[in-house]
Amino acid sequence: MTAIIDYGVGNLFSLKSSFAFIGEEAVVTNDKDIIDKSDRIILPGVGAFGDAAEKLRESGLDKVVKEQAAKGKPILGICLGMQLLFDKSYEYGEHEGLGLIKGSVKPIEDVIDKGLKIPHIGWNGLIFPKNKEKSRIYKYTNEGDCVYFVHSYYAADCEESVTAYAEYSALLTASVENGNVYGTQFHPEKSGEVGLGILKAFCEL
Amino acid sequence: MITKRIIPCLDVKDGRVVKGVNFLGLSDVSSPVDLARFYSDGGADELVFYDITASAEGRTLFTDILKKVAEQIFIPLTVGGGINTVEDFDRVLKCGADKVSVNSGAIKNPSLILDAAKKYGDQCVVLSVDVKRVDGRFTVFSRGGRDNTGMDAIEWIKKCVANGAGEIVVNSIDTDGVKNGFDLEMLDAVCSVVSIPVIASGGAGCKEDFVKLFKTLPKVDAGLAASIFHFGEVDIRDLKKTLKNEGINMRI
Repeated sequence: MTAIIDYGVGNLFSLKSSFAFIGEEAVVTNDKDIIDKSDRIILPGVGAFGDAAEKLRESGLDKVVKEQAAKGKPILGICLGMQLLFDKSYEYGEHEGLGLIKGSVKPIEDVIDKGLKIPHIGWNGLIFPKNKEKSRIYKYTNEGDCVYFVHSYYAADCEESVTAYAEYSALLTASVENGNVYGTQFHPEKSGEVGLGILKAFCEL
Repeated sequence: MITKRIIPCLDVKDGRVVKGVNFLGLSDVSSPVDLARFYSDGGADELVFYDITASAEGRTLFTDILKKVAEQIFIPLTVGGGINTVEDFDRVLKCGADKVSVNSGAIKNPSLILDAAKKYGDQCVVLSVDVKRVDGRFTVFSRGGRDNTGMDAIEWIKKCVANGAGEIVVNSIDTDGVKNGFDLEMLDAVCSVVSIPVIASGGAGCKEDFVKLFKTLPKVDAGLAASIFHFGEVDIRDLKKTLKNEGINMRI
């Protein structure tokens, strides 16, 4: 069973539906015991980092996620959920994250060409880093496959954890991995067949 | 690099998809869930659903259908029609919409875009604007193109962007349903004043119209159409291949 963590941000309808569609049981929950019993965890998120990090802390779910990560359970952060896995973010100030992946979250406008639109929104192709083995979440995915992004901030200073980039004049972190902790900047639940394949591969870890 | 998007638009009334020519003379086409699956499998990059029902029963029927679509279709869904309050945003987002498009609602309630953008983020708020030339000036029309608001379209768009609209659908009433190509002049005028994604709507009649759109106006992010897709006059996968062959970045 997959626990989709509900800490009061974002719309979990599509995420839950996508698991049902690939035939995997998923529960949207904030219950510590259910999360503990789950086989894997999804940390979703949309909106602003500071607000989401605070909600996660207020609910005590930050500790739960860290405990589960320490136990070796597979965790997948999606979009803002991925950003929350990092040490900190510079979105409207400076905010502390979960510290499960080394690096920080910074505005994409720092690195992309002037005149390009922000947010980075739409379908973009995955670029796998050279000299690295393909991540197991990409078991059913090929380099160049398009996935759906919506974000104005990106994960920086995390080269060793990057499993894919997307090119938007600069290479932006598209996904990361540190042991059993995974993250995608894009939305697999909105990325058609390619996205469903990534969720399937995550369930098969 | 980000791909250009091809977006079929489904006008839904009483649980069925309809499409009018110049907004008049609606005709029934097909089931929204079947069409959504057909388009998603066929390479559509996103789907737009417009609820053109006026009654409360119709509203409930629409959200039921939206849920059914979102349970089976895993590409971005934009929903519009009858969005007048932040509660309306909530109603459709809970049913699986990713973005919400506002048109007349934003004209009636000037703080709607601001309030919704604050609550759900700019990326969630799409401004849809129906524009027609009146005495040579781009003018905003409301209520599905029926009422002349007298507002200058460019000024209106700038104001909405400042309030937090994250994307704009520009629908030219002058070219809508005519199938003689997108309104490049109008789109160019909009692109030159905004830095958020612009979606062209109204006038597509054949594949070449999309080629011309993206080649002439590289700042346009997406092309939206309805009847040419619904009636099979243009096949989306075939269209995207043609665009790619023309050097336009597409998701194939």
